Amino acid sequence: MSQAYAKKSVLWDWLTTVDHKKIGILYLAAGGFFFALGGLEAMLMRIQLMFPELGFVSEQTFNELLTMHGTTMIFLAAMPLLFGFMNYIVPLQIGARDVAFPFLNSLGFWLFFFGGVLLNLSWFLGGAPDAGWTAYTPLSSAYSGTGIDYYVLGLQISGIGTLIAGINFLVTIINMRAPGMSMMRMPLFTWSSFVASALILFAFPALTVGLLLLMFERLFGATYFAVEMGGNVVIWQHLFWIFGHPEVYILILPAFGIFSEVLATFSKKRLFGYSAMVFATLIIGFLGFMVWAHHMFTVGIGPVANAIFAVATMAIAVPTGIKIFNWLFTMWGGRIQFTTANLFAIGFIPSFVMGGVTGIMLATSAANYQFHDTYFVVAHFHYVIIGGVVLGLFSGAFYWWPRMFGYKLNETLGKWFFWLFLFGFHLTFFVQHFVGLMGMPRRVASYLPGQGLDSLNLISTVGAFFMAFAFILFAVNVVVSVKNKSEADPWDGRTLEWGIPSPTPEYNFAQTPLVRELDPLWYEKMHGNGKLKAAEPLDDIHMPNGSILPIIMSFGLFVAAFGLIYLVHPVTIIGLLITLVCMFVRSIKEDHGYHIHKEDIQNEEGAG
Amino acid sequence: MKNLWRVLPFSLILLLLAGCGKQNLTALDPRGPVAEMQYSLIILSLLIMIFVIVVVAAIYIYVLIRFREKPGDNHIPKQVEGNKNLEIIWTAIPIVLLLILAVPNVMDTFTLAETEPDEDSLVIEVTGHQFWWEFEYPDLGITAGQDVYIPTDTRIIFDLEASDVIHSFWVPALAGKQDNVPGITNSLWLEAPEEGVYQGKCTELCGESHWLMDFKVIAVDPDTFEAWAQGMAEPEAELSEPTGDVAAEGREVYEENCLSCHAVGGEGGNPQGGPDLTNFAEREVIAGFIEWDAEDGDALENWIREPQDYKPGNNMPAFGHEAIDEDEMDSLLEYLDTLRVLDSE
Repeated sequence: MSQAYAKKSVLWDWLTTVDHKKIGILYLAAGGFFFALGGLEAMLMRIQLMFPELGFVSEQTFNELLTMHGTTMIFLAAMPLLFGFMNYIVPLQIGARDVAFPFLNSLGFWLFFFGGVLLNLSWFLGGAPDAGWTAYTPLSSAYSGTGIDYYVLGLQISGIGTLIAGINFLVTIINMRAPGMSMMRMPLFTWSSFVASALILFAFPALTVGLLLLMFERLFGATYFAVEMGGNVVIWQHLFWIFGHPEVYILILPAFGIFSEVLATFSKKRLFGYSAMVFATLIIGFLGFMVWAHHMFTVGIGPVANAIFAVATMAIAVPTGIKIFNWLFTMWGGRIQFTTANLFAIGFIPSFVMGGVTGIMLATSAANYQFHDTYFVVAHFHYVIIGGVVLGLFSGAFYWWPRMFGYKLNETLGKWFFWLFLFGFHLTFFVQHFVGLMGMPRRVASYLPGQGLDSLNLISTVGAFFMAFAFILFAVNVVVSVKNKSEADPWDGRTLEWGIPSPTPEYNFAQTPLVRELDPLWYEKMHGNGKLKAAEPLDDIHMPNGSILPIIMSFGLFVAAFGLIYLVHPVTIIGLLITLVCMFVRSIKEDHGYHIHKEDIQNEEGAG
Repeated sequence: MKNLWRVLPFSLILLLLAGCGKQNLTALDPRGPVAEMQYSLIILSLLIMIFVIVVVAAIYIYVLIRFREKPGDNHIPKQVEGNKNLEIIWTAIPIVLLLILAVPNVMDTFTLAETEPDEDSLVIEVTGHQFWWEFEYPDLGITAGQDVYIPTDTRIIFDLEASDVIHSFWVPALAGKQDNVPGITNSLWLEAPEEGVYQGKCTELCGESHWLMDFKVIAVDPDTFEAWAQGMAEPEAELSEPTGDVAAEGREVYEENCLSCHAVGGEGGNPQGGPDLTNFAEREVIAGFIEWDAEDGDALENWIREPQDYKPGNNMPAFGHEAIDEDEMDSLLEYLDTLRVLDSE
């Protein structure tokens, strides 16, 4: 049966795969594509802002660019790229053969993918959304074109995918850990993925509800946000930020996890203060839900609410500080290797501290009245998201690339990439703190000359070109390094994912490993024979069959979305029917999966 | 990190060259008590944050130099689990630092929310429109567009509203912003001790011409303010019945084409219309941003002919030659040039 499976075409294999590793790679590929797209949008904006009153793009186009840049980077680039690593690495780190629900895993990916495609099709079908990624009502509900409908339905569909993925990771991490892998022996990346998934579970429903209200308002004449009908426009902001603030932590916590892995590995030391790190992650996740109104200090929620949310926001600095110091002391006394992966982690610390301290400044509600909605905020969240999340993604890419693709990225090119990117990043965004305080609001399509804003904006654009050029170096690196075959454990790793052959077998572990300590592979290297101990005898491995249904189900919703946007009800019904029929087929069709036989495993492990 | 230190001096020098931005716009050169309060809070938070950065940077640089891998070094470092005392230290110290910031912040937040008017304060109702500002003085019974005149050394309370989408009222040199939210009235107060023209901006994305939704706060001494308010409330007869022949013709053109949207001296206009024009000729800029010279009418004519070219998405229709011919335009410009309340010629 495994033979028949292997013979299917490569394309069909990727479209139907339920293997967490392949889905992880699909997430990386799609996320990488959207990342390039969002980057292109950013470059167009920076070109427009290079000189005052440039007129490189029209105001309308600029508003579409800023909306799509934010939406794409958050929903279609940063999150899927992190999901890529989570999908590939978390099951390996806990010694599992797959996630808990492989079929749902595939469905989650394809929903995200079709949601992203739908959103981006708006460029060609009447204009992209133009009300900012926050889509504040009533600008989005009553003063914008069809673009917003694509925004609402695109995010709704991809949001279902995200929710499914989050639930899947939670169940996987709770239930699928190898014997001995207690919660307090889980690597930090798994821990932070766990907490981020819990945040997804609680945060995304708020977005779902908000989007649903906005959809009913725009398409079916509801009046939740119509002031003249007794509606309230601020409801949207609450719903959006109850989702939107935890979203920041959904992005940054897995990145924190990556840095914890990378810094420990390349300092040759176990993570300093492991339990404090876990505790800090949990606290950050919890407090992340308590602070949403700090995005709304100027909306008029009153001094009591402002004061409370200001203090609550400042409190997040404490667990974040704990993490920073524990990373520093992980390196303390270690033997620090400056690989590209570690350079990104080392570059992260000062960059993120910068973003963190401006976060505290922004949390100071009375001063926030000056900062709010200016380039100071733009500088702050790019320091957090690029200085934190994006550096984390690149660090993770260089670190796990050999595990995921079987080859190592070129280190020389990688270091050029790192330095150019870091330089460009600081050049672009450092000056923006000042631009904001000097009177430049965010989301402006241009600025007038003679306001003292010209030179700093030019510097900022020059920096953006450095980042764009650096990113091209990374793309080149991915291609030219293909022949650079890697051994199974190129970094002298500490965790389970480095204890298996390269390329990773489709069943991950021939025998489920026995975990005896934190950093199990390192423990076996120090106290055992350097190989993972098996927790079970070698036997046939039961694997799930691939399925084409997830892609068809997602396509059905994609079709239904068009029916809703243009209010053509038959199309909506056909789309929903496609999805429902697939769900029905999935429910009644018996699928027992297949087995990989013991002999085949022995052959493969022997060869590897 | 090394790069950061290379970039820092570079950017700082440029900042010095650029100053702290344009006076009367930048928040870094506060011109009133509210902006000063906010500026000192910014400086306090900055000092605390620089302290944090210095501590982190010191450990960071030491660690990277001291513990980097040396060639041929293959030792396996001691696997340290953690240190309880250190954890307590770096939990407790940040809490103290945050309290130093949080206490004055909470006090200032409440001070800034004290927007109850008293007998000496002046209340101004601000309505944000796509993409211009309307200022009503309820106690004086006057309405102004784009330029808001305030007396110096007086506590001004702005009540903020919006007629369409959310806007945000920001005069960085005088005070931080509050949002103009449809259906809700927010308030902020400020004072301007010095006379001057302060640049104001909309800071909430409100549509295509969001970036052009500028306004001016003009602080004048209380006597001048009195004169201005009187001029606005009782525009001289010539405003509605100008003496010059050309201007009188212009008045007719205005009544025919403009009056339904733009009021002059409390006459005309409508809630969905455009800014009040009573003191139009005294504005430094047209439409909030177009530099012009009242003597030379070209800029103004271009604006009236093709407003969408300058400020896309605004509500003003274009007036082509079939609506207003060359002669009519000349007389209209002449008339508009008479719309003054302070320095009536």
